Amino acid sequence: MFEILEKRILAEGICLMRVAAPRVARAALPGQFVIVRADEGGERIPLTIADYDAQEGSVTIVTQTIGVSTQKICSLNVGESLADFAGPLGQPSEFVRMPIDELRRRRYLFVAGGVGTAPVYPQAKWLSEHGVRCDVIIGAKTRDMLIYTDEMRRVADNLYIATDDGSEGFKGMVTALMKELIEVRGEHYDECVAIGPMIMMKFVTLTARSYSLPTTVSLNALMVDGTGMCGACRVSVGGRTLFTCVDGPEFNGYEVDFDEAMRRQSMYRTQEKSALERHKCNCYGK
Amino acid sequence: MANKIARVAVREQDPAARAANFEEVCYGYDRQEALTEASRCLNCKNPRCVAACPVGIAIPDFIAALAGGDEAAAAEIISRDSLLPSICGRVCPQETQCEGSCILGIKSQPVAIGKLERYVGDWKIANAEAPAKRPEWNGRKVAVVGSGPSGLACAGDLAAMGYKVKVFEALHKLGGVLVYGIPEFRLPKHKIVEREIDSLRRLGVEFETDVIIGRTLTVDELLDNEGYDAVFVGSGAGLPRFMGIEGENLNGVFSANEFLTRVNLMGAYDPATSDTPVYVGRRVVVVGGGNVAMDAVRTAKRLGAEAVIVYRRSEAELPARVEEVHHAREEGIEFRMLTNPTRILDDGNGWVKGISCVQMTLGEPDQSGRRSPVVVEGSDFEIDCDVVIMALGTSPNPLIASTTEGLAVNRRGCIEADDSGATSRPGVFAGGDTVTGAATVILAMGAGRRAAKAIDEYIKNL
Ligand SMILES: Cc1cc2nc3c(=O)[nH]c(=O)nc-3n(C[C@H](O)[C@H](O)[C@H](O)COP(=O)(O)OP(=O)(O)OC[C@H]3O[C@@H](n4cnc5c(N)ncnc54)[C@H](O)[C@@H]3O)c2cc1C
Ligand code: FES
Repeated sequence: MFEILEKRILAEGICLMRVAAPRVARAALPGQFVIVRADEGGERIPLTIADYDAQEGSVTIVTQTIGVSTQKICSLNVGESLADFAGPLGQPSEFVRMPIDELRRRRYLFVAGGVGTAPVYPQAKWLSEHGVRCDVIIGAKTRDMLIYTDEMRRVADNLYIATDDGSEGFKGMVTALMKELIEVRGEHYDECVAIGPMIMMKFVTLTARSYSLPTTVSLNALMVDGTGMCGACRVSVGGRTLFTCVDGPEFNGYEVDFDEAMRRQSMYRTQEKSALERHKCNCYGK
Repeated sequence: MANKIARVAVREQDPAARAANFEEVCYGYDRQEALTEASRCLNCKNPRCVAACPVGIAIPDFIAALAGGDEAAAAEIISRDSLLPSICGRVCPQETQCEGSCILGIKSQPVAIGKLERYVGDWKIANAEAPAKRPEWNGRKVAVVGSGPSGLACAGDLAAMGYKVKVFEALHKLGGVLVYGIPEFRLPKHKIVEREIDSLRRLGVEFETDVIIGRTLTVDELLDNEGYDAVFVGSGAGLPRFMGIEGENLNGVFSANEFLTRVNLMGAYDPATSDTPVYVGRRVVVVGGGNVAMDAVRTAKRLGAEAVIVYRRSEAELPARVEEVHHAREEGIEFRMLTNPTRILDDGNGWVKGISCVQMTLGEPDQSGRRSPVVVEGSDFEIDCDVVIMALGTSPNPLIASTTEGLAVNRRGCIEADDSGATSRPGVFAGGDTVTGAATVILAMGAGRRAAKAIDEYIKNL
């Protein structure tokens, strides 16, 4: 059992939990994820690590309630425990293993969308701690849905915000803001990292590609075990079938077949809807 | 004459009823039946069954004890060579092992050794004495990676020798393939597997789930930081293979591991208690002919689909246990032999609408002695289905080998280990499917026990 040390609602339907998981905290690196189960009978849900503190032995996850299982996770409170918390899984971000002087000559652009903002944080934090320059774009529908802005401001050289309705920062899509930064303001980046909804990552990749900007994306494929045992997380990358959980979750965006990935992600959509109707949500009543 | 008695038929659930539920197919013998069947054994001087048993159980001896009505003695005799009789009695391929070499089988039917083993194993579980006395700790610690049969057997033996043993399991539930792969209708989890694990707990074995060795902790950390004197790796062969044909990433194509894991480990067959979905569809094609394929196809049937086996060789080559094939047929599974898929067909929306196959014929025997299938030119045809499940075999997960300093693997990705389980890395032992590639429960159990012995010797010489 893994105790919840802190819980905060970051925006409607998005909740942060700091969880006691000393072994995971000691081993975690940016880019990796955990598999979480709320209770006996719960589904195994992959969540990208949003922060970790080896000293305290804690790992932070940020969950968006999209189905029964994520609602169950978010309905737990401080002092209660998650049944399972396994990780860290997947490959760490590539930069973690790159020679530091080479890294310091590079400049990163992170493009974060929605709940995908959370996993960008440990990456930007790691780079900033290692003296590597990075800018961050956070995109959301509207100001109320923005998360992690304060944290990100501390670790990014520049933080840019884009909202669809213009309630904060740039009005429009993150891709339009990318264009503005690169074309109008003449910013130069060596690497783009996009984490967010699949459709956003697809379009960020297309935009970045038009500037020949190498792009890494973090795929949130459907998973069961998260250790390479089932192949539920199959994804086509550069014409080869890879397993997101062991070969990823980060891949070269240019090579990912996003349309297939989106289709595969929707495999259980009808079943999830009916399950959701059965489940009475009490996440935010407490 | 003892051998004039016919083999005692075992009671089973009615095929039509069981094809719609997950309860155990075979009820096993009651005491009277078991004693009668046991009386059929000729107690051969040179028992061929013992030689054919991968762990050399003293079969005529335990059967003789049973025939005399002494279950406790029978259980004791089996336990010298096997730790998991209630499990192996249910899942061993007896027809190619003990029963396959029984003298009685030449003229009539072999003694039902598997069913008798199961009877004794179940008797032992039901009559287990109060907590087995824990041996005194000898001051040494051993870590076991994986809670499948090899890990459980190794842990049990070491604990009985006085070692402090901790089993690290990646998943949230203990048992390896016994819980995530083999379905409830063949091997009850609560009644059998959990009870075997409980008995290890009583011996003092500790378990920690949610620990992925190679990620959460490494083998090197177990040895260097966590104070273990040796490590046994029993991590199985969990990596599913796909065919590499067109359409394999369509929605509705699964590995057997995924399908079975959703249903068995995650309990997806009962939406009232499980949040995990499983997609079953209307008509399911399972590709393969082993135990895994039989388990997947019969599971699909139980979940309400029409279910078809597609296998590229003929019935005679089916690697599954004979009993499973027989049960599958009784349950109404359709068998398409000498058939090989070439392409999975898209319904236009990215979902499966059928599978394109070719007819095969058997050619010359290959190195393994099996006649290899050859394509019949121009024999393409389609099978209608909306789900395809690939049960083509599995290989070891590279995670542990790739994160352990100096641990050699062979070309097939299996950890290299000698007969005792010793690997290229001192202090690291391995056994079961991770060494042999996908094999059997009894072999994995045997390997775990041999490794326990070797670990004991290794530590004593430290
Ligand atoms: C569907 C199916 C049906 C089968 N039917 C039969 C049958 O009828 N008869 C028969 O004899 N055999 C059968 N087998 C084969 C048999 O189950 C295996 O040969 C046997 O279980 C192997 O045992 P093992 O201990 O080597 O590994 P496994 O049972 O595979 O156990 C390995 C365990 O290690 C864990 N693990 C893996 N990697 C790590 C890691 N890095 N860190 C921590 N833990 C890890 C896994 O999660 C797993 O729990 C079947 C297999 C399947 C899949
Ligand atoms: S989630 Fe099962 S293999 Fe990736």
